Amino acid sequence: MFKTRPSEITPESMYLSRREFLKGFGVLAASSMILAACKGKEPSPASTSEGSSSTGASADELGDPWTSYEAITNYNNYYEFSTDKEAVAKLSGDFQTTPWKVTVGGLVNQPKTYDVDELVRKFTQQERIYRLRCVEAWSMVIPWMGFPLAELLKEVQPSADAKYVRFETLYDPQQMPGQKSKWYNWPYVEGLRIDEAMHDLAILATGLYGKPLPPQDGAPIRLVVPWKYGFKSIKSIVKIDLVAEMPVSLWMAAAPNEYGFYSNVNPQVDHPRWSQSSERRIGELNRRPTLMFNGYEEEVAHLYAGMDLRENY
Amino acid sequence: MKLPKISGFQWFVHLASWVPLVWLIIDFFRGNLTVNPIQALTLRTGKYALIFLILSLACTPLNTVFGFHKALKVRRALGLYAFLYASFHFLVFIGLDYQFDPDLLLEAIFEKKYALVGFSAFIILLPLAITSTRGWMKRLGRNWTRIHRLIYLAGVLVVIHYVWLVKSDIRVPLLYGAVVLGLLAARIPPIRRSLSQIRQHRIIKANRLSLLTNRKGPIKPAKENLIHSK
Repeated sequence: MFKTRPSEITPESMYLSRREFLKGFGVLAASSMILAACKGKEPSPASTSEGSSSTGASADELGDPWTSYEAITNYNNYYEFSTDKEAVAKLSGDFQTTPWKVTVGGLVNQPKTYDVDELVRKFTQQERIYRLRCVEAWSMVIPWMGFPLAELLKEVQPSADAKYVRFETLYDPQQMPGQKSKWYNWPYVEGLRIDEAMHDLAILATGLYGKPLPPQDGAPIRLVVPWKYGFKSIKSIVKIDLVAEMPVSLWMAAAPNEYGFYSNVNPQVDHPRWSQSSERRIGELNRRPTLMFNGYEEEVAHLYAGMDLRENY
Repeated sequence: MKLPKISGFQWFVHLASWVPLVWLIIDFFRGNLTVNPIQALTLRTGKYALIFLILSLACTPLNTVFGFHKALKVRRALGLYAFLYASFHFLVFIGLDYQFDPDLLLEAIFEKKYALVGFSAFIILLPLAITSTRGWMKRLGRNWTRIHRLIYLAGVLVVIHYVWLVKSDIRVPLLYGAVVLGLLAARIPPIRRSLSQIRQHRIIKANRLSLLTNRKGPIKPAKENLIHSK
C-alpha cells in the first residue's frame, strides 16, 4: 500500500502554515496534523532531516521537487471559469465558497448533507504530495491537504448495490461564466468505481501548500485521484452519489471515443489523437517519460488486474 | 540592378508582419509565456502561421471583390511570412519540445495524425518558399503557378491539423476553416466570375453616381478583372 518516503515528510514551515490554516477552521487536534502523507505511521525526526538534506527542497517520493505555488495557482484547467488556463485565477477571484454544502446520497444507508467546515473538522486533514498528470501531457507535483474519500464513504455506509461513485460540481453560471458555453454538458460530472474510491490514495482535498484551497484549484473541496488524468479529479464538489450504474462523465459525453471512464495514466495507451508516452513537468524544459499509473503502479495496479486497459481507457 | 519601388502599403505589411515575432520575444523575456512556455511558443507560432497563410490566401479575392489590387503586391510576402512562422512552429516543436529526440519525434510525427497533417503542410510550404523568387518563377514558367496552387492544399491541411489538436471544442478551428474554405471557394471560376461581376456592377453604379455628382473621377476596375473579364 501507500508508503511514506522520507522526502515526503513535511518541513517545519509547512506545519506552521498548516496549523494556521486549520486554526482558521477551528481545529484543535494539533497532534494529528504532524502526520503528513502517512497513515498511522510516525515519522522519526531522523527521517525528517534526511528528507530535507537529500533533496535540498520539498519533493515527492521519487525525489522531484514540488511545483511552485505560483504555477499551481496560475495555470489551471477549469473550464467552468475559462478555457484559458491563465485566466482562471482572475475569473475565480470572487468565487463564493462559504457556506458550502456537500450532499452525499444515493445508494447509502446514512445519506447526509455536510458543511465543508464540518468535513474539515471531522476528518483529520493530512498532507499528500501527489503528481498530477494532465491529459494534455504536462504535470506538476502538488502538496495537497485533505482526507481519504474512503472515510467519508464509510460514514454514509454504501449499500450492497452501490458499485460506483458519482461526483458533481456546482452549477452556477452567474459565478462560473464558462458554464454559459453550450458546448459542454454542465455541470461537470466525474465518477469512480467504488473500489477505486475506497483506495487510500483517493482523497478529497481542501488545501494545498498548507493553505486553504484557492478557488482556481477547486475550492472549497475537490477530488484528487493521482493515478488518473487530471480531469478525473473533479473540483468544487456539491454532490456525491453512490450509484449502481457507471456514471457518464462530462468528458465521456463530450467525446466518447476519446475519454473513457477509467482514464488511468498510461504511457502505452495513447489518446486517439496525441501521444501519452511523455510529459513536461511544469518548470522543466526536458520531456520526461510518463510512468504507468503516474508512478502509483505498485499501489493501484491490483485494482485493474485482468482488465484490458486498452479497452477500458 | 534596379530596385523595385516599395509602396507605403508594402512597407506597412512588412513592418506589421514582424510585430508578432517581436511581441513573442518580448513576452518570452518578460516571462509572459505561462509556466509552460514551450507549449505557449508552439501554440502562438502556429496561430501566426495560420493567420499569415489566410492573409496570403485573402489577397486574390480582395482584388477580385473589392478591387484592392495593392493586395496582390504583398501576396508573396505574406506567404513567405506564413512560412517563416511555420518554420518557427516546427523548430520549436522538434527542437525545444522534443529536444530532437528521434524516437519521440518519430512517434509524435508519424503515429499521430494531427502532427502528420501539420508536418505535411510544412513540407508543402518548403518548396513553395524556395521557389518564390523571380528567378525560379522564370525557370519554372507555367509550372510555377501550378506548383504554387499547392498552397490551397496546405491551407486545408493546416485547418485539419488545428481541428484535430484541440481537446474538444472545435468551434474556433472551424471558424478558421470556414474562412479558408471561403477564400478557396472564391477562386472557383464560376464563383470568381460572379464575385467579379458584383464588383463590375458596383463600378458602373459608382461611376454613374460620380457623373451625377461630378465629385470624383471614375473608379478603375481591378487589374485581374481587366485580364479575365471578356
